[in-house]
Amino acid sequence: MDQPAPYVHWGFFLISLPNLVLICVMLVLFALALVLPFPGKHRVAEAATAEGTSDTPQPEPAGVSMGIADDPAGGWTNSIRRLIDRRLPLRELLPTRQPYYVGSWVYVFGVVTIAALVWVVLSGMVLAFEGPQWWHVSPQGRFVNSLHFWAVQMFFIFMVLHLWGQYWGAGWRDGRATTWMIGVVIFLVSIVTAFTGYLAQQNFDSQWIAVNAKDAINASGAGVFFNPLNFGQMLGLHVMLLPILVTVLVVVHVVQIRMRGVVRPLGMDAKSQPAPVAGAPQ
Amino acid sequence: MSRVRHDKATYYRGIRMAPYDLVKELALAMAATLILILVLSAVLSSPDVPSVTIQSWARSDPVDFVTTAANELAGSSTSANYGPPYNANSGSVQTWGFFHPQTWAGIHQPVDSAGEFVITPLQLEAGNNSALTDALSSYQSASSDQQTTWLTNYSNALGNATTPNNTVVVPKGAYGPLPVLMDNLLSLAQDGALDGLLLVSAHFYQTDYTAPLLFMADGGYLPGLAQDQNLTGSQWGMMNETGRYPGQAWLWLYTMWYQVGPFNQSSGFFGVSGSNADLAVIVVMAVLTLLLIFVPFIPGLRDLPRWIPIHRLIWRRFYAEERIMRR
Repeated sequence: MDQPAPYVHWGFFLISLPNLVLICVMLVLFALALVLPFPGKHRVAEAATAEGTSDTPQPEPAGVSMGIADDPAGGWTNSIRRLIDRRLPLRELLPTRQPYYVGSWVYVFGVVTIAALVWVVLSGMVLAFEGPQWWHVSPQGRFVNSLHFWAVQMFFIFMVLHLWGQYWGAGWRDGRATTWMIGVVIFLVSIVTAFTGYLAQQNFDSQWIAVNAKDAINASGAGVFFNPLNFGQMLGLHVMLLPILVTVLVVVHVVQIRMRGVVRPLGMDAKSQPAPVAGAPQ
Repeated sequence: MSRVRHDKATYYRGIRMAPYDLVKELALAMAATLILILVLSAVLSSPDVPSVTIQSWARSDPVDFVTTAANELAGSSTSANYGPPYNANSGSVQTWGFFHPQTWAGIHQPVDSAGEFVITPLQLEAGNNSALTDALSSYQSASSDQQTTWLTNYSNALGNATTPNNTVVVPKGAYGPLPVLMDNLLSLAQDGALDGLLLVSAHFYQTDYTAPLLFMADGGYLPGLAQDQNLTGSQWGMMNETGRYPGQAWLWLYTMWYQVGPFNQSSGFFGVSGSNADLAVIVVMAVLTLLLIFVPFIPGLRDLPRWIPIHRLIWRRFYAEERIMRR
């Protein structure tokens, strides 16, 4: 397969045989899609006949608003819609009311962590776009790198404060254990992400961290798939795989919080629950 | 009523609800963090100590460079004796009882320290240098015992080396072709050519710096610079940063173990000592990490927040109102 391909030369037209085959396959697929019957068509027609209606099924009118729970349609899509509607309707995803005890600075740490993550990602995107050398030779690049550096510091500071707050409030209670566990995993993955970032800086810091860290990584056996001396590997992990993992986990973490709501204060079990207050949900 | 609304209505029964604007809170948080980040970046910038090159090493400390190269040839350097994932030796292999994952993982990035760091670059240079060609031929055709004798004599003499015009001169002795080899290697390094030669591979593109970094780590120059910046393992260096900037402070616990016994002691405890500290610290941190993940299920750990009433401060307004309502 590494030999030069045969070419078709017709007038001014010159194309390699593999490209020609590829384009022909696309044309054939498109033609087949135009003429082949679609499987669902027969089922709909049979259903219409059984109900004594015309052979041609009538389309549903567009723009008709129907509640998700009332939609009789089956299928995977509607099952997932119903599941999401049951577990996390929009009013819970973006709530306008919260228990009044949420009014504490400790609750702010989580949202500030997410805000810092946004700036980490945005400044990182600029650095990735310009390439790893840019910030060493350009004042603008150095400033963007500084934004990235301090955003990372903010991210970790508030993530740890958030972790402390959740620990001392025992935030895992009442069915929130997985929310806690995913939060800890986010912390761990963030540490690895930051570590690969330090290795991708291309300065003395990167060199020393690489040679200093290799012994522990090799001792654990992880050196076979994670070589801190390999700049390309570290850069790839830092700008692509690990940030995606952190972001996805943060989304899952936030969705879990929104699904279950914030935990009640410690000591407020069923026996000690206060009497209903006016305006409280019953 | 959806299931979640029903569950939350039950869960929050009796609790007063207050207006809450999630999007506004996030927007304010983003604005506040942006201002803070902008100010810090404008005032403090970020750390960027230039990287060390083979050239800067050879020019700044030629004796250390030549000593390291001689050790590579003698097979006595750290990388030459390392073991997996670089070679089949065992100098840096860490085990804890029957647990030796480094050996199990095997060789993954083969490194021939003498060949890659010294012989191959000299062979590439020797094309139009007859003296170097002869010296290489003389060294490679000598017996192993003869090579060892030359290297031992030369390494000992490097202790009395002088550096006129940034070259390395040793007292006269029986070193065979070694002075010629080392002079040429030092010259290559000081001209900057060795930086490129250590990255030569069969491919045009190169992003793997394993060879030059291992070579530099074998010397004393790079660790010396790290020592000056408080970056070595015994200086809590893993959580430190160059200059006056904060580093990876979140690694404090991992770093701490290296400062205390038995991880920093030559005489071990329960099979743990300085010789296998990396492996032991990783095992300890893995266990602690699992404990942190599974806190919700671990009696004692999950009860600490009840016993130490920091939550009384977090929810002080709630508890105050609860007291009033009970009166």
